[in-house]
Amino acid sequence: MESKLFNLTTPLKIIVSITIITWCIIALFPFLWIVVMSIKLPVDSFASNPLKVIIGPSTKEQVGGLSFVNFIFLFLSIYLFYKLYQIRKILFDLINPILKFSLITFFILFILYITISFILFFLIQNNLSEFVNILFSNLEFLKIFSYPIIGFTPQHYLSVWVGNEFYKQFLNTMIVTGGVVTISLTVGTLAGYGLARSNSMIAFWLLIFALIFRALPHSVLVTGYLEPFINYGLYGKKIAVIVLLVAINQPFTIWMLRSFFMNIPQDLDEAAQIDGCNPFQAFWKVVMPLMWPGVITTGLFSFLLAYNDYLVAALLLDGQSQTMVPAIMQYFNMETKMTDLVESIAAAASITAPLFLLVMFFQKQIVSGLTQGAVKG
Amino acid sequence: MKKSTFLVFTMPSFIMMTLFIALPLLIVLIQSFQFNQDVLETIERENCDPFGCKTETITVPVLDENGNKIKNNIWVGFQNYKNILKFQQLSSVISNDGFEWSKIRSIDFYKALRFTLTFTFITLPFVIILGLILALCVNVLINRLKGPIIFITLLPFIITPVIGALSIKWLFIGDGILTLFLENILDKDIALFSQGWTIEILMLFYRVWHTIPFAFVIFYAGLQTVDKEKIEAAFVDGANRLQRLRFIIIPHIMPLIVFVALIHLMDSYRVFDEIVGFSASGFRISLQWMTYDFLRIDDSGTRSIGRASATSVLTMIGIIIILIPVLRRTFKEQKEKRL
Repeated sequence: MESKLFNLTTPLKIIVSITIITWCIIALFPFLWIVVMSIKLPVDSFASNPLKVIIGPSTKEQVGGLSFVNFIFLFLSIYLFYKLYQIRKILFDLINPILKFSLITFFILFILYITISFILFFLIQNNLSEFVNILFSNLEFLKIFSYPIIGFTPQHYLSVWVGNEFYKQFLNTMIVTGGVVTISLTVGTLAGYGLARSNSMIAFWLLIFALIFRALPHSVLVTGYLEPFINYGLYGKKIAVIVLLVAINQPFTIWMLRSFFMNIPQDLDEAAQIDGCNPFQAFWKVVMPLMWPGVITTGLFSFLLAYNDYLVAALLLDGQSQTMVPAIMQYFNMETKMTDLVESIAAAASITAPLFLLVMFFQKQIVSGLTQGAVKG
Repeated sequence: MKKSTFLVFTMPSFIMMTLFIALPLLIVLIQSFQFNQDVLETIERENCDPFGCKTETITVPVLDENGNKIKNNIWVGFQNYKNILKFQQLSSVISNDGFEWSKIRSIDFYKALRFTLTFTFITLPFVIILGLILALCVNVLINRLKGPIIFITLLPFIITPVIGALSIKWLFIGDGILTLFLENILDKDIALFSQGWTIEILMLFYRVWHTIPFAFVIFYAGLQTVDKEKIEAAFVDGANRLQRLRFIIIPHIMPLIVFVALIHLMDSYRVFDEIVGFSASGFRISLQWMTYDFLRIDDSGTRSIGRASATSVLTMIGIIIILIPVLRRTFKEQKEKRL
């Protein structure tokens, strides 16, 4: 009966597959398309024939492109990276006993993977395929494999990151997100623990107010502080943005951390206190070691909020201190030539890349974070 | 936990929220009744040219030691609100032409309010229904496929909203690939960014695309906790798939549907990033965008903080009205849990 109940009939199977395939295409297509556009010359990026955009005949003629050899190497390195990705848990168990602090291990592993992917794709894959291409083009019978199939030019990425000094904005974003995540988590963890372990009326009202604050439009907080910030010289300082984003994030953080803390049995910290710990020792030595998954998850969401913010940074920062998202919008609005437009597309594609890696590594945490608030209430 | 310990633990967060959320709210409320004005003084100045000197009196802003204009705030009562709500214009429009929407829409605030509310309430059913359909579909997949599909599904959710909106815009801008596709189907010229309603549809589409993953993840988690025995019992009793969905699954995940609706209402009411990403401000504006626009330096080099504050206050009143039913429910639930 089990099988009969949960197996699908054929028409239903078809409907399910069509729905899922359609959704995957809709979800992925914009990402793929901006990557395709960003590696072509403007003539091809905005060609009216989609095939021309994909293949890029003018790019192929003027700059060159990816040959069969390039594709082989590209797929090989993607495969290699996937294999490395699969052993991430083994690596984690290997490093963790040495560092004894899972948050730092996580962080180091993440940086390690970013470095590896950089070396793999930009140094090894790139130069090796170049070498083989030259080698093949000199051999009569292998020549055909080194002919470019698809037009490719990295020039837009280069002019964004090197020419326009986009790395400065990248650093600004990193400082802002780093600050927001650190402060949010420090303040939020303490409060989340307190709220999870208290039944008092103050705790109740604090939570209700946090829920109302969660609904406030972000511009309201900026409106309140814009004038004081300008008067006291905080305008254009990253600390102003950090503080406001932490405040915007705080209601969400304490709700989420509270529900993670509620999963940890209260008997644990009571037992620790009977054994002679004071409340802070119980919190730090007994509860916190179990809380790291929750902290990582909440940290991810704080990261996303700060990384994706446009409103606060656009109002409080300018020029050299600007973060990436408003900077891209400025490019885009200043565009005079088609090249500028493709450059802003390249910039957009490159700030999406870290988010891609983030989902790859933290898919479980993101899912658990989203459901945590819902299932526990 | 002892009360004193509780206070120590929550104090930093409490101070943070008071200082940076509650206090700004108060400041906004005060500012909304004020007008920020340059302090002016009249001075006599000697103006010399080759033909001799003349003395003239001019009015200039007073500068402080650093050369910045000194400003002061004067109380203007409800003037800022009047400037935004424009009751006079509204009543004259209504009395002259009857209740004609196109005329009312020429006033920024009503235009923004209309868009914000349509945006919030039209996207809501789409997000919930499509999210649920997707969750039901993924739920019956074989396990090996679930991981990659959840990965793909999460992408629209985590992408920077402004960039996501831009990337969708690029598909349609000028002779973008999808515009061409539409032109082929409909067999006529299409310019999606030259009138309001097409941009509005794109913005609605973007928001649904962006929020489906969130609804999906929540519903998918909810589906894992459905009681299998109940479904089997219903099956024995002869309930078909649709009936099982309607009478067992949906009631089971009802609290989750309410949760998704609550979060979606909060988030889509502050619609802002779409307007920036689609550069839609010429056609469609939202309440939060209005505040943002007042806060920027305008042509005369000033920021209309008073008006921005008044819009903020009106925006907040709006979201509180929308959320009252849901907040009441949460309030009761939390209270019952405690008792």
